[in-house]
Amino acid sequence: MKARDYLIEEAMPLFWCRGCGNGIILHALLRALARLGKSREETVVVTGIGCFGKADDYIRTHSIHGTHGRALAIATGVKAVNPGLTVLALMGDGDCATIGGNHLIHAARRNIGVTAVVANNLNYGMTGGQFSATTPQGARSSTSSFGNPESGFDLCRLAGAAGAALVARATVYHAALLESLLVEAISCPGFSLVEVMSSCPVYYGRYNGIPDPAAMMRWWQESAVPASRYAELAPEEKQGRFPIGRLGGSDRPAFSERYARVQEAAQAGAGRWIQAGTDR
Amino acid sequence: MAKAKKRFRVTLNRAWCKDCGICVAFCPAKVFEAGERGEALVAREEDCTGCQSCVLRCPDLALEVEEATPSQAAEAVTHGG
Ligand SMILES: Cc1ncc(C[n+]2csc(CCOP(=O)(O)OP(=O)(O)O)c2C)c(N)n1
Ligand code: SF4
Ligand code: SF4
Repeated sequence: MKARDYLIEEAMPLFWCRGCGNGIILHALLRALARLGKSREETVVVTGIGCFGKADDYIRTHSIHGTHGRALAIATGVKAVNPGLTVLALMGDGDCATIGGNHLIHAARRNIGVTAVVANNLNYGMTGGQFSATTPQGARSSTSSFGNPESGFDLCRLAGAAGAALVARATVYHAALLESLLVEAISCPGFSLVEVMSSCPVYYGRYNGIPDPAAMMRWWQESAVPASRYAELAPEEKQGRFPIGRLGGSDRPAFSERYARVQEAAQAGAGRWIQAGTDR
Repeated sequence: MAKAKKRFRVTLNRAWCKDCGICVAFCPAKVFEAGERGEALVAREEDCTGCQSCVLRCPDLALEVEEATPSQAAEAVTHGG
């Protein structure tokens, strides 16, 4: 199948604003599914609420449009009962890391075989550009006109520390890299997180002096540094920059593999206490 | 006779495009141009190298780039494109 075969053309044009990065992520995901030859029947897209949470409207696979912040909880349930499915959770930074932050750390800890794709546009797009848990310190938003006093999460480090099998970051400018990271993540048996730095020109861009879609793309081009090169930068050169590429992970067994052992032991009547294998 | 240069067809879907200007700003071969009202135009299809970078970065999936069939390429040459 080609990427376009996964697109619900009847739902086009996209509902997102002019220059919004969400469509670039959507397209990369469709290409990744095509490259992996995923069947539409065995793929489940789970979303919450938010601009990026509308992505399932355009993807011709199974989908569940859940509530704000709970996409990962729903995706966890789907994968747990049917480990043969390919399960994707598509979320904004609000969905994934602000209201949904607790589900994120536990999905990573559990190492459930779900791929989380986070469109990190550094604010709440759908509700009018309020700051979220990833808005950088000092950045302006509709609820931080004089600069955000809090600092934002580094989602990749957070998910990596909590035990994710694969964590990676790209930007909407780096669309080819994004596609290959998605292919890697979807192929990973444990929990994978792909953070995509994305443009919200109408809110984050407008509040922070970059309202033009092409200028926002230029900003991503200039701020992102391949991980190997980022490590060599002096501390002052790291200011305002971030690494992209595969950023970490661990090869612990995935939840489904461990749970299959628990089921086997339980079915064999192995007694009350089950040695299901240790973590590390 | 010199080997004919590869030709590409650049299709812009007007109904999906939102004139964001990303293709105009980033095409390495400067195939696109902004019209009078800021609308995106395929101005120099003949310069397209088939790199696909506009296809990957268009936020509205409005672009397609395909290699031209030999007859389409010949027609473009006759028309001075
Ligand atoms: C439980 C609950 N709380 C709050 C909201 C209101 N709400 C809708 S979308 C949203 C945030 C959207 O931001 P994000 O998840 O980053 O996605 P984006 O719109 O930026 O893509 C909020 C707070 C809601 N729908 N449900
Ligand atoms: S508000 Fe921001 S995130 Fe939402 S569609 Fe518009 S540009 Fe995209
Ligand atoms: S990048 Fe796409 S949406 Fe933007 S102007 Fe070009 S064709 Fe239109």
